[in-house]
Amino acid sequence: MQISETSKQILAELLKSQTGQDFPTNRIWRVGTALSGLSREHGIANLDRLIAKLALSHRSALAEALLNNETYFFRDRAMFELLDERVLPELARERASARSLRIWSVGCSTGQEVLSLAMLFAEQESRWAGWKVDILGTDVSSAAIEAARAACYTPFQIQRGLAVGQMVKWFEETPQGWRAQDKLRRMVRFERHNLLDPLPCQGGFDIVLCRNVLLYFDDATRKCAFERLSAAIAPDGWLMLGAGETSIGQTGRIVPDRTLRGLHRLSSFAAAQRQDEAPRRAAG
Amino acid sequence: MKNCLIVDDSSMIRKFLRTSLETLDFAVREASNGQEAIARCEESMPDVIVLDWHMPVMTGIEFVKLLRQGGHADQPKVVFCSTENDLEHIRTAIEAGADEYVMKPFDHETLHMKLQLVGVA
Repeated sequence: MQISETSKQILAELLKSQTGQDFPTNRIWRVGTALSGLSREHGIANLDRLIAKLALSHRSALAEALLNNETYFFRDRAMFELLDERVLPELARERASARSLRIWSVGCSTGQEVLSLAMLFAEQESRWAGWKVDILGTDVSSAAIEAARAACYTPFQIQRGLAVGQMVKWFEETPQGWRAQDKLRRMVRFERHNLLDPLPCQGGFDIVLCRNVLLYFDDATRKCAFERLSAAIAPDGWLMLGAGETSIGQTGRIVPDRTLRGLHRLSSFAAAQRQDEAPRRAAG
Repeated sequence: MKNCLIVDDSSMIRKFLRTSLETLDFAVREASNGQEAIARCEESMPDVIVLDWHMPVMTGIEFVKLLRQGGHADQPKVVFCSTENDLEHIRTAIEAGADEYVMKPFDHETLHMKLQLVGVA
């Protein structure tokens, strides 16, 4: 369904102001689908009329409807294997005295990435016994965070990326759908947060996952996002970006890991600067 | 090229699965029930079997039990693909020897992920 140029401008300005995201022409084709729920809810079939009305009275709802909440369990499974086989064993050694790990999933959508991380830990119970593992998921969408907190998935959602053995082991069948077991839910928490805003809590995350988020930003906004990310990572922490995303040419504070493709770390300059700041672990 | 045997009594589902699997570079054969599937397996064992539950002549669960009891050295991976979406059926399928389970309805991407999980895609 076509929308007018005025509507396109309204949506672009709204999305930018509410989320920081761009509204490229390749997202216009799905506007009709994205707004179908709001169209039914407000009884307005004409998209231009719907956009004109909601841009004044329901700005957040309109912006949220445009967001791409695509996610699934163990997305890019090779990256989870990298975490499991290389990063977590290294962190287990480096944090052996503190026995504490903090992980932040930025743009976590409806929670599948966060629960996938929780399963990595839950499936190696003996290795992580006595550890405090805190996995935070944030997203700019309130609706996505609400769904993530519910941790209850349709048959279509639950089987995307998740092996049947893991589904049976870590989820229970309920009348509402497949719900994550309490053991997983206790390891995770979710907050509504825009990456471009100040950090939602103290920095010093051991691992930050920010996958398929930066691609929605223009260059200037992406630089700002990298500033936020670099402030969030522990000096010796890790950043995981999406398959098509890189830190190269984007920031001087984060650089690709020399050996683990797809992972990034603070540059030596940024890490030294952070070491000079109040050392969180020594103080805490 | 990997070989896949589709076992489903619905010609429409078989057609969808064939299209989907061929785009994933599988060589595809078809059977419309468990009995026919046994015959196809005796001709040559596929790498993976995508298997419906409810079929005339021989159901999917009867077929997979026979297959696993057969003692073939080159046991194929079995991915159930069924409208039976409850935990009890899923557990029954796993206990009978299924490697993965796809709940209908599903899309091409989900099928691809399941085939990756069993190591054939």
